[in-house]
Amino acid sequence: MKKTGAQVLCEGLIHHGVEKIFGIPGGAILPLYGTLSEYPELDHILVRHEQGASHAADGFSRITGKTGVCFATSGPGATNLITGMATAMMDSSPMIAITGQVSRPGIGKDSFQEIDITGASLPVTKHNYLVMSADEIPRVLKEAFIIANTGRPGPVLIDIPRDVFTEQFDFDNKFWEEEIEILGYKPPKFAENSKIDKALKLIEESKKPVILAGHGIIISKAYNELVELAESAQIPVITTLLGISSFPENHVLSLSFPGMHGVAWASLALDQADLVIAIGSRFDDRITGDTSRFATKSKKIHIDIDPAEINKNIEVDVALIGNAKDIMKQMLPKLKKKTHIEWINHIEKLKEEHPSLKLKKSPDLTGQYVIKSLSDETEGKSVIVTGVGQHQMWAAQHYSYCSQNSWISSGGLGTMGFEVPAALGAKVGAPDKNVWSIAGDGGFQMTLCELATIVENNIKVKFALLNNNHLGMITQWQGMFFNEDYQANAYTANPDFVKLANAYGMKALSVDNNEDVRPAIREANSHDGPFLIDFKIKKEENVFPMIPSGQSVNELLEEPIDGSN
Amino acid sequence: MVATNTGTRTVIALVENKAGVLARICGLFRRQGFNIASLAVGRSEIKGLSRMTFVVEGPEEVVRLVAAKLDRLIEVVEVEDISDLDHVYREMVLIKVSADNEKRGEILQLSNIFNVKTVDVGSDQMTIETTGESNEIESLLELLEPYGIIEVMRTGRVAVLKSNE
Ligand SMILES: Cc1ncc(C[n+]2csc(CCOP(=O)(O)OP(=O)(O)O)c2C)c(N)n1
Ligand SMILES: [Mg+2]
Repeated sequence: MKKTGAQVLCEGLIHHGVEKIFGIPGGAILPLYGTLSEYPELDHILVRHEQGASHAADGFSRITGKTGVCFATSGPGATNLITGMATAMMDSSPMIAITGQVSRPGIGKDSFQEIDITGASLPVTKHNYLVMSADEIPRVLKEAFIIANTGRPGPVLIDIPRDVFTEQFDFDNKFWEEEIEILGYKPPKFAENSKIDKALKLIEESKKPVILAGHGIIISKAYNELVELAESAQIPVITTLLGISSFPENHVLSLSFPGMHGVAWASLALDQADLVIAIGSRFDDRITGDTSRFATKSKKIHIDIDPAEINKNIEVDVALIGNAKDIMKQMLPKLKKKTHIEWINHIEKLKEEHPSLKLKKSPDLTGQYVIKSLSDETEGKSVIVTGVGQHQMWAAQHYSYCSQNSWISSGGLGTMGFEVPAALGAKVGAPDKNVWSIAGDGGFQMTLCELATIVENNIKVKFALLNNNHLGMITQWQGMFFNEDYQANAYTANPDFVKLANAYGMKALSVDNNEDVRPAIREANSHDGPFLIDFKIKKEENVFPMIPSGQSVNELLEEPIDGSN
Repeated sequence: MVATNTGTRTVIALVENKAGVLARICGLFRRQGFNIASLAVGRSEIKGLSRMTFVVEGPEEVVRLVAAKLDRLIEVVEVEDISDLDHVYREMVLIKVSADNEKRGEILQLSNIFNVKTVDVGSDQMTIETTGESNEIESLLELLEPYGIIEVMRTGRVAVLKSNE
């Protein structure tokens, strides 16, 4: 049957289970929008900025594990997606971005709104396509879904010229059922048995093991395998920043996260361990600091699906290349039960000596207190989405993540502004979950236009705005490393965020003291709709612990005992 | 092991013969700040696939990382750093050199040892061709220098593993 490229594209999206699309139309992609009315299964959510579309698709992907989809037009529409694709690329989040391109005869002629987006997006996509003929669409779309969401997931961009959307060709729906092979793409699956045995032997011999659980656990949904590995061999679990919520933080073996702003006992345990089992983590510099001084007393096992990660930052003793869940399934039947009472007791002592999460008494409202209260009020069961900065680190530290995959944050790229659209996308993906965006006043103002999208579609996200009238993390760095030479760090003309939210038609409250925190959170939780709380927190407050950039655990800075900093 | 200059590594890749593949590959080298010293691309024995030989300047660990990243590219089917494996390689060069009637015979005689072919002869210049390892080509160029080299066109290196590797 003859169909247009746009029709086949829509049918392909439906075949791949797509229900939600985030986007903004424009000339080059209008033929695709013109086809949407034929496919009511596809729910298009009109955002206010394409960056928002890309972060929303990312938030949707992270919460559902499915491939999030966004649309944008050529030129500025497409370039506005770049930050979102880069964010997804760094954090291995599956996404498909479909961009309109100028019609084929106009390509390369500096036509109106022409940009070489396949060229521009090369370093921020796992793969991309420029589709020069409508009959390539089915194959490209099928490949794109495979590439985006298998192996190490990532964003795939498909650039389609306007006249390719409208071009007709003969298409047989049976194609969607066919298996395809992508020649140069073979994600590894199982590790060699001999290597598994070597890893098991290291575990057996170890007296002070730790697991460093990364995002790969969440991506491969290896939650149960991780608990089994940890419990059977009694190995404490440190999660990376993006590994947060891969292991319940109310578990006795949970040690929270290490590194630059991680808890002291996690960084110390990592340093003192004789075996580090890194699973689906990439030894990021925020964890290792100075690589030559990182975890020098330990042997290392690295489980990762991406061969390019092995020995990239840290030399390891055994590399098991493959899907984290599959590899753990290979290991578990042969794993000998063990206990490490002495080591566990030692770590308990570290926790006592270094109470990183103890809240200091403060008459002023602090971000730490707000997040601890939110954690208690929601029993650690909400989905938390954050921006980047101090509030992000406090959210990572003081919320106790007890349900699987409940932490969504831009770890790799550190993208401010992620907090609004990613929370929107996460709530669309998981309407039954309580989604809280913990936002900074800086990041929030980068993407707050999406409040309109949230209200328009009644997306019931709750915002805890940690408003310190500052680019707080910048203030902290200038205070600690630039001789208190404060430059471009204060926001002295923040709007009244309650009025602002109200102007968008959203309920909001302002809180400036400790007593009102919990009642406000309760009110937001019980409100059936989006809600914002403007928490006016103390301005000068540093995030501790801190291992300064490029240093090691020896330079770990902790909150001064008297509570002032 | 075949001698390679220290700091240069030879990487071969089997890639899909499609638009944009070269840009993806070069992008990875560029990101690492590598200069591609030479590059040769041509169809392989497999339909739709090309073979590339890169010579890059960079430390071994970084080249290994780039090779792993190359392998991640969807259109790259296989990639291998063969620098430390037993391999043979060739480069080819076309040299246009000043040569009147008198000098022509001299040049030809000289270049006999280098397995040289004459590809074009004019009244006062000639073009010759040879293949070999880099140092052989360098020596030939040195020998021809006094006659007046007008133009040199060199290809990248093509390499293949020896049968026993
Ligand atoms: C898009 C972007 N621009 C700049 C930065 C650098 N940066 C990191 S944290 C930070 C301050 C964030 O301020 P805010 O959102 O108010 O959070 P706070 O640290 O105050 O909690 C800045 C500017 C960034 N991470 N992302
Ligand atoms: Mg702030």
